Amino acid sequence: MSSDNAAGGTTAPAIPSTHPLVTGTVGPGCAKVDPIVVADGVSRTFGGLTAVDVAHLEIPRGKITALIGPNGAGKTTMFNLLTGFDKPNTGTWNFNGRSLAGVPAFKVARAGMVRTFQLTKSLGRLTVLQNMLLGATKQPGENIFTALVRPLWKSREAEITIKADELLARFKLDAKREDYAASLSGGQRKLLEMARALMSDPELIMLDEPMAGVNPALTQSLLGHIKNLKSDGTSVLFVEHDMHMVTHISDWVIVMAEGKVVAEGPPETVMKDPAVIDAYLGAHHDTDLGDLTGGPNLVEDARAAAEEVHEHKHHKEDKS
Amino acid sequence: MDWGNILGNAVGELISPTTAAYALAAIGLGVHFGYTGLLNFGQAAFMLIGAYGFAIPTIEFGAPLPVAILCALIASVLFALFLGIPTLRLRADYLAIVTIAAAEVVRYIVTTTGLTEVTGAANGLSGFKGTFAASNPLPDGTYGFGPFTYNSYDWWVRIVGWGLVILASVLVFLLMRSPWGRIVKGIREDEDAVRSLGKNVFSYKMQALVMGGVMGSIAGIIFILPRAVQPANYTTGLTFFIWTIMLLGGAATIFGPIIGAMIFWVVLSLTQGVLYGAIESGFLGFLSTTQAGQIRFMLVGLALMLLVIFRPQGIFGNKKELSFSV
Repeated sequence: MSSDNAAGGTTAPAIPSTHPLVTGTVGPGCAKVDPIVVADGVSRTFGGLTAVDVAHLEIPRGKITALIGPNGAGKTTMFNLLTGFDKPNTGTWNFNGRSLAGVPAFKVARAGMVRTFQLTKSLGRLTVLQNMLLGATKQPGENIFTALVRPLWKSREAEITIKADELLARFKLDAKREDYAASLSGGQRKLLEMARALMSDPELIMLDEPMAGVNPALTQSLLGHIKNLKSDGTSVLFVEHDMHMVTHISDWVIVMAEGKVVAEGPPETVMKDPAVIDAYLGAHHDTDLGDLTGGPNLVEDARAAAEEVHEHKHHKEDKS
Repeated sequence: MDWGNILGNAVGELISPTTAAYALAAIGLGVHFGYTGLLNFGQAAFMLIGAYGFAIPTIEFGAPLPVAILCALIASVLFALFLGIPTLRLRADYLAIVTIAAAEVVRYIVTTTGLTEVTGAANGLSGFKGTFAASNPLPDGTYGFGPFTYNSYDWWVRIVGWGLVILASVLVFLLMRSPWGRIVKGIREDEDAVRSLGKNVFSYKMQALVMGGVMGSIAGIIFILPRAVQPANYTTGLTFFIWTIMLLGGAATIFGPIIGAMIFWVVLSLTQGVLYGAIESGFLGFLSTTQAGQIRFMLVGLALMLLVIFRPQGIFGNKKELSFSV
């Protein structure tokens, strides 16, 4: 393996060095043409461990961005920080130009940046429909006084029920409408959580491992849903381990390792970045990479997948 | 054994003001634990604050009835805020620890001799029923039938007490079918999920804590109307009786706390009658009546354990909706 640079070092990106999404050259922390999230100097330590230490990060608007990296790279911590579920030691970030540093999680969600969780948080003891309605906004009946008078919230309830039914049909959960969410399978819960997050029409949806534990058949439909989100104008940021999925659907890939952004780029080139190979194979080639299929062959997998997508170009599978 | 008397007393408990007070406190606890998942182990403190908050202004300042009630309500709201602000941002267990400790703290405060002038210390308070009695529109005299024969004051306490129980039940019903209820039920299960959907979880938990606490303090007022204020009544034991009642009927149900309170008091009255009768007639000569009184409460503990193990959803609860994973 050719890896000249250490993880976290300033790495020259693989070809090409410019991209339509980027102003200037492509590289870790590069500026985007139209960013929806801009983060600066975000760090979070747990005792002596620095989980996240990101100098600069921009997430493009209206695109599907993947956040990848080996286990313990700080991806989920970064998610938690950006969405207000955890507080950073340092750092500022803004969403649509509005600073969200120190803003509580519920206000982040109201601002239009809604997340899902790695361990699915569908509410098992509410019905599927109630789960969906919980995701809606502007329901006056959520005020304790208005709640007492049904006519004040009935019409809004009808509106959001129609919307919930549309989404449930789209995610093929309509047959489960009246069931308790606890009766859903793991994959269906992932779908429900995603559908529920969409009830508020978020501008940016952040999916933490949407494919984990989902069977291959359902994976295809989840991929379809994520692509549809983009065509509806929603920006997507997702954490994922499955390299095939990353290369298939993402427009942009951000690679984290040991808390830092080590590489960025379009999926077909970022996998060839020495820093990425280093992140996955270099420092930790002998550690357990968990549910990553293929273990140490991960990068090869990813590269193969990238080739598959763009098989008409870059036919130079290097075996150096 | 005088079975007529034993049964008469037991049936009388069905509509006694004490049963109403316990039912109301259990409805409040149902809002806390049953619907919102707040582990409040200090419902006795809310009852205590209701009782003293009503009695002290009445005795000390001759406050009119509405003013005294308002004092009790404001005191319980402040107490709920005081408990909730530091703890509701933390995990559920912390609220449990803080409420059980705070309940003991307020009980020691009202028992302390330094406050004898105001709280009557261990002797408690009496002589606060005048304003409530004066509000009684019922004619003087004793009326009713069978075991339900009471004087005018006793009827008035029962009517007001059960009226408030019905009012509280309607309030809980209206709230829990609304989107507000959907949010607190979501919080009961996973507050991070609700937070991620843009709901101010802290505010909803606080609203539930205040509402259930206010119901507890109104229960405290009803509780003292047929008796004096006695600090010894507000031990953690009271809190656990309320828990037993709520779990017996079903934690997140409308009728559960009411039926639970009725069963609780009827059974206590029946067992007391039967045990005392048996002792008097020599069947249980080795027991004193004091010991028999304690045995009843051992049975309550046993019943609570069996309930949690074998029927955690209570009488009315939906097993799919309710379980004990807080």
